[in-house]
Amino acid sequence: MSAFSAIGADSETDDEAFTPGIEPQPTWCPGCGDFGVLNALKKAMPEVGRNPDEVAVFTGIGCSGKLNSYFESYGFHTIHGRSLPVARATKLANPGVEVIAAGGDGDGYGIGGNHFIHTARENHDMTYIVFNNEIFGLTKGQTSPTSPKGHKSKTQPSGSAKDPLRPLSLSLSAGASYIARTAAVNPNQAAEILAEAIQHDGFAHVDFLTQCPTWNKDAKQYVPYTDIQESDEYGHDINDRAEAAQAMYDAESKLHEGEILTGRFYVDDERPSYTAEKQAIGEMPEQPLAERYFDEDAEWDRSYDLLEKHK
Amino acid sequence: MPEPDDLMWRIAGGSGDGIDSTSQNFAKALMRSGLNVFTHRHYPSRIRGGHTYVEVRAGNGPVNSRGDGYNFLLTLGDSFARNPSEDAYYGNEEAKPLTENLDELNEGGVIVYDEGLLDEEDVEAINLEERAEENGWHVYPVDLRGIAREHGRDVMRNTAGVGFTAALMDIDPAYFEEIISNGMSGEMKEANLKVLEDAYELGQEVEHTHGWTAPEGEGHDEEQVLLSGSDAISYGAIDEGCRFISGYPMTPWTDVFTIMSQNLPKFGGISEQVEDEIAAAALAIGASHAGVKAMSGSSGGGFALMSEPLGLAEMTETPLVLVEAMRAGPSTGMPTKPEQGDLEHILYTSQGDSTRVVFAPANVEECYTQTRKAFELAYEYQIPAIVAYDQKLQGELRNVPESFFDEEPNADPGSVLTEEEIAEAAHHASDKFKRFLHEPEDGSNVSPRSVPGQEGGRFLATGNEHNEVGHISEDPENRVIQMNRRMGKLDDIREELDATEQSHQTYHGPEDAEYGIITWGSQQDTVFEAVDELNEAGHSVKAVGVSDLMPFPETEMTEFLESVEHAVVVEMNASGQLRGHIQKELGKYGDKLSSLLKYNGNPFEPRDVVEGFETSNGDGELPHQRMTYVPAAGD
Repeated sequence: MSAFSAIGADSETDDEAFTPGIEPQPTWCPGCGDFGVLNALKKAMPEVGRNPDEVAVFTGIGCSGKLNSYFESYGFHTIHGRSLPVARATKLANPGVEVIAAGGDGDGYGIGGNHFIHTARENHDMTYIVFNNEIFGLTKGQTSPTSPKGHKSKTQPSGSAKDPLRPLSLSLSAGASYIARTAAVNPNQAAEILAEAIQHDGFAHVDFLTQCPTWNKDAKQYVPYTDIQESDEYGHDINDRAEAAQAMYDAESKLHEGEILTGRFYVDDERPSYTAEKQAIGEMPEQPLAERYFDEDAEWDRSYDLLEKHK
Repeated sequence: MPEPDDLMWRIAGGSGDGIDSTSQNFAKALMRSGLNVFTHRHYPSRIRGGHTYVEVRAGNGPVNSRGDGYNFLLTLGDSFARNPSEDAYYGNEEAKPLTENLDELNEGGVIVYDEGLLDEEDVEAINLEERAEENGWHVYPVDLRGIAREHGRDVMRNTAGVGFTAALMDIDPAYFEEIISNGMSGEMKEANLKVLEDAYELGQEVEHTHGWTAPEGEGHDEEQVLLSGSDAISYGAIDEGCRFISGYPMTPWTDVFTIMSQNLPKFGGISEQVEDEIAAAALAIGASHAGVKAMSGSSGGGFALMSEPLGLAEMTETPLVLVEAMRAGPSTGMPTKPEQGDLEHILYTSQGDSTRVVFAPANVEECYTQTRKAFELAYEYQIPAIVAYDQKLQGELRNVPESFFDEEPNADPGSVLTEEEIAEAAHHASDKFKRFLHEPEDGSNVSPRSVPGQEGGRFLATGNEHNEVGHISEDPENRVIQMNRRMGKLDDIREELDATEQSHQTYHGPEDAEYGIITWGSQQDTVFEAVDELNEAGHSVKAVGVSDLMPFPETEMTEFLESVEHAVVVEMNASGQLRGHIQKELGKYGDKLSSLLKYNGNPFEPRDVVEGFETSNGDGELPHQRMTYVPAAGD
């Protein structure tokens, strides 16, 4: 038996395998869009062909942080905004593990914004799902980085004076090699995009529009939506950076005007993942590092040879 | 002048003038000549120019501190002087390496200055002649720059200075020739060798007004290596199987980060320079979660950012080793000056009750052994371990027998299960692995872990309070059980440290001494030197250097304190943090402990400790303002 026999095991899984046997009662409100993410993710997994033991899901804090409580796999519910740095190190330590990170718009674009930029820049082979409901949910309804300008909340009583952050455009600038937007109200597209994102070899960012029926009554704004891949009007070349930038600009401008564009915005299959880049310059071992600690034949060099220059 | 037992040589100049590398080579040459060596580094927070010096102390006996003052000053002048006008804030920087260093030069000392760089009026302006006469100094002006220019470039003034020093001190130049020959090549090598030779000849020709030479090396029993505290921490980590480091540059932590980054890929490991210190610590947690032995670290301000992930590691019981290289604070403080002001920060930072191991090694050897122990405990007990040292120990070099490092590597990832063991281990009825077992089977407080990718090991790690499989739980009973188990590890670790009889506390002086001195970290060996002086002068003193800060060595420290009438706690901070920690941990001794504090950016010298002890003993008062004495409660 190898040390990590779950990885690459030829097991057929169905979405049931990703439902915990001791499912805790979800703390999400009835009608919450987060159920849409959970269901889409479960639905995507058989497509991906991974089993629960080879998947690790990292979350931050907020309603989105509970995702891995209700999803059967290795899970790490980290701290506010920090799912990405924890997740990417697990990927570096063991590239065989399928790494998925998730956070909310406050968690991922606010407090974790810096990590988002740098993880995208490095193009780690992982998937990042941002539950975007344009509100702080778990702290009870404060304005978030994606809340529309003029949004009123207890902490912005006169309405926000800030333009909302443009996550898709930011992601493209930062260097993500797969960028899509989907919505909880469109389960089929969501599952398809998540499966594709997970299989993408590089940093895949999925801005997942989730309605918040409790704190953001405008949630119904996410219906109806237009799939840009299926609309003749928006059929841009997703491999073309400039066209993707324009499509993102349009989508982000129209979001608050009531037209919701979803689908794949940008895919770069050419760019090597960070692991491949690091291996190419000799700073990343070929064998997954984590495996060495279980390999009885592994040789562990000691520092003694380094002493030569100190004599 | 008194015949010095040890050579105490100071080279001064501007940052960027090669002071550091020259002093390293000088120290190495003396080590090879058979002497014990110790260096002390002082530099400004500037890239080029400013007042920087390195002291090299060398002798045949044990050389464990910078010593008191110094005996030989080589000033190269500051070639990066940029404020030549007399009323500029920085003053005359060319003259500064000479003027700034005189206060600590011992009576009868030797001064070599570069008259090629300094004008006569600069020297007149500081009344050098007068001061030399008062203090019995021997002054040798020499055109070092001229010698350097003749064969190569101005910057080789340092080689000229070393050659001149060697002649004045009667040190065989062959040791320096060898280092230059091995370390350089081509024209550079030839030019430096010629500069060395010329300067040496000149040094032989001038009239020697001083009457002493460097001690002749009696030789070492075995091969020696010259290492800093940062080297030793890095090598300890490598030997303990650490193959992942993540960091963000910050002085003085950058030293370990650089050494590790340059070596880890060669050892099949991974180094990551990331966006900030929060990410740095979080990455180390992520790698450790995946089953790899990982380390991160920073200095005060960066470590403050790590407070959040540090708590996450505690709560999720993810092994983690952090290095905290202290510098003077608060805030940015003095970036290149040592202080021991982060103790409380290291012990308690992060929300909730702290469960972490904190070691403060005192010297190069302890940096190596305690880093190894920190890894061993972190991975066995699934707890963060912090190695705290400071800017002094970071940069100082000393010779250690090579055989000291002839240790077997230990890549054991600690309490991680194999898949076979996971299959046998406790699972919930739903098949979920009980990662956070309430009552681990061996009766310990450690519930063994699995890592992602292992079959059957699925669990949820969370910074929230959680039940046995990792699910968030606010059940009061579960809370108490989990808290007690996590905190119980500290008692277990304390017991393990006691049982293995590898006390990290170091004692010095007669066991039945009347008075005690307590210190920690990098000040230990300086204090020990002072204790010898005090006992020779008729006092009855012993000292202990504390390395185990958490868990705290209660029994040992109680024994020590019960055996003395009074103890002075010597530390480099303004508020007496170790003293407070001792009183908190032991719950008493407020009336038995006084504090000797220094926080001016310079570490203690042995004579500081002697003066401080005499003050505590009622035999006088501190003669200067660079230290503070705080008497015991009720005194």
